[in-house]
Amino acid sequence: MKYYFRAEKMSVGYQKHPLIENIEIALQKGEILTLIGPNGAGKSTILKSIARELALICGTVYIDEKQMETMSGQELSKNLAVVFTEKLRSEMMTCEDVVATGRYPYTGRFGILSPKDHQVVKEAMESVHVTAIKDQDFNRISDGQRQRVMLARAIAQEPEIIILDEPTSYLDIRYKLEFLSVLQEMRKKKGLTVIMSLHELELAEKVSDKILCVNGRYVDRFGKPEEIFVPGYIAELFSLSSGSYDEINGNMELPAIKGDAEVFVIAGGGTGRNVYRRLQRNGIPFATGILFQNDLDYPAAKALATEVICAESFEPVTDRQLELAKQRLQTCDNVICTKDSFGTFESANQELFEYAKQCKKQIELSYQNE
Amino acid sequence: MKCDKKIRYLLAFCLLLAGTLIFIVLNVCIGTVAIPLEDILASIQGYAIQNERILWDIRMPRAVAALVLGGALALAGYLLQTFFHNPIAGPFVLGISSGAKMVVALVMVFLMGRAFTVSSAILILAAFIGAMLSMGFVLVMSHKVNNMSMLVVAGVMIGYICSAVTELIVNFASDAEIVNLHNWSKGSFSGMTWDHVAVMTGVVAVTGIIIFLLAKPLSAYQSGESYAQNMGVNIRLLRMALVVLSSILSACIVAFAGPISFVGIAVPHLIRNLLGTAKPILMIPACFLGGSVFCLFCDLLARTLSAPTELSISTVTAIFGAPVVIWIMVRRNREKMAA
Repeated sequence: MKYYFRAEKMSVGYQKHPLIENIEIALQKGEILTLIGPNGAGKSTILKSIARELALICGTVYIDEKQMETMSGQELSKNLAVVFTEKLRSEMMTCEDVVATGRYPYTGRFGILSPKDHQVVKEAMESVHVTAIKDQDFNRISDGQRQRVMLARAIAQEPEIIILDEPTSYLDIRYKLEFLSVLQEMRKKKGLTVIMSLHELELAEKVSDKILCVNGRYVDRFGKPEEIFVPGYIAELFSLSSGSYDEINGNMELPAIKGDAEVFVIAGGGTGRNVYRRLQRNGIPFATGILFQNDLDYPAAKALATEVICAESFEPVTDRQLELAKQRLQTCDNVICTKDSFGTFESANQELFEYAKQCKKQIELSYQNE
Repeated sequence: MKCDKKIRYLLAFCLLLAGTLIFIVLNVCIGTVAIPLEDILASIQGYAIQNERILWDIRMPRAVAALVLGGALALAGYLLQTFFHNPIAGPFVLGISSGAKMVVALVMVFLMGRAFTVSSAILILAAFIGAMLSMGFVLVMSHKVNNMSMLVVAGVMIGYICSAVTELIVNFASDAEIVNLHNWSKGSFSGMTWDHVAVMTGVVAVTGIIIFLLAKPLSAYQSGESYAQNMGVNIRLLRMALVVLSSILSACIVAFAGPISFVGIAVPHLIRNLLGTAKPILMIPACFLGGSVFCLFCDLLARTLSAPTELSISTVTAIFGAPVVIWIMVRRNREKMAA
């Protein structure tokens, strides 16, 4: 198979000291690669090395079958644009001026823009929706706007590959989504290949074609999101010790409260999650049930409860499971029920609720008003 | 919008050119002996006039020297500000002028003591060595302290040390010839000959043209090293060029006129505000002209304020330049607070 971007046996680091060795990357044209990994794992170092800001310690990078080392600075700058975390310095520059700096490799001796350059700048600004602020001072716009202007600048450079270091870190949710969707659009329209680092795992999973996991010493995994986001892997990659990440749903929870369950929560269908989190905030250990394994409440319960009484998906609750739930409920001081009515397939929970009443447990009803 | 900007640039350049011309005329006309404008015009056309010698041997070379060196000074300041990404950098503040001064004083005392004549070329060379010495020190400091104000403080301290050494040299060598050194070491455009002017014009013109040709990579360098690198700029080479070029300019100024303060900081700042842009391609020629106007103006005051004695040029440039520096710092601080 022919790859557009390839890194072979690449070792990166500072001052001849390799930080991460033997990196192998292979991307086709128009793919989006995201680097994930803990802080300080070397994501930026890899990006800077690919952008040739840092010299490779060893190995080779190919762009379109051409060795990157042999490219001239100008040739590389027509192929590869960057958006770093480091702020672009600007003095008395409007946003349009900043975007226009992307045309540098195409202008002549004195850097004067031709009508074609102006056209490209204009289109680049339109594609990321910053035309409205083109005359504003680059130093006086918001982080979200600045990041989009930087993207416009990179697009104006008409590269084949764009490298972004944590481009969405300071953006609010709206700008995060907008920013990534512009990248997708560019990929579709111009076949842009994207290599970036993201801290937002849930977004990385959604936007990327390939994911590279860096753990500070080596590249742990490289593959499709579905190969990376397998249960337990994120906790391992980030050495999660407090809290948890659920790879299936992209859901993260704070650490569960340890100890004997004081409360039993009867929940199901997504009604229990908020109660679980309230109990976690208040530092109360709890057990919960009976949940089907495909219940909306199940991931949060798994992450936060001391014990989850669960039943297999699409199968009736067995007597044994019900008995187990009753026993567990018996040992708890309080019961919280988050259901105001029970469906046909929840008869076990109904029974459990009746049992709680029989046991004269203090029952809190916590319905969600929807 | 585009048109407005172009008109603004055009107006700014017209203003600077007109200013240069007006101040040259004023500098030549005004003095202990007044030379009327008609006389100058007559003399240019070849008629004999009164005070011809004062006009052609004293005032003219002095005015041209102020024009060339003033421009060079502003340009050197602009380069250093760009190099350090620091708006209050300049050859004087960073101690580069003082370093050059020290080595020049040493060489002069040494050679004069042995009855050698000191040529312009040797002076410039000595000044260049001194400038590079200080620059080297400042570069080392800039690696150690990553703070704008600390760098300037380090530069000012170097300046003091070098000045103190120069004072010592000048005091110990109390030869009559060397008394002249005293005036020079404070900075002055007096005593310029056409020979001097020819040499400085040559050096400054060549350096200036090279700088102008570097306008494009400089504009990329302004955005920060990483981004410039991505644009294919050879950062190492450019940084080296900036160091050498700004040192040559500073050396040339010191060799002929001694250290002159504040022009290097104040002029680029004023020009930036006049143009409303920091684009090197416009800033480089505009700074040169601005420096010329500023120095011609200051030299005029230095000569005339307390005539027949002369003030040192730095006295005058400081009066007008230092407030600009304070203004820059206050404004930057305010911008930081606002951001």
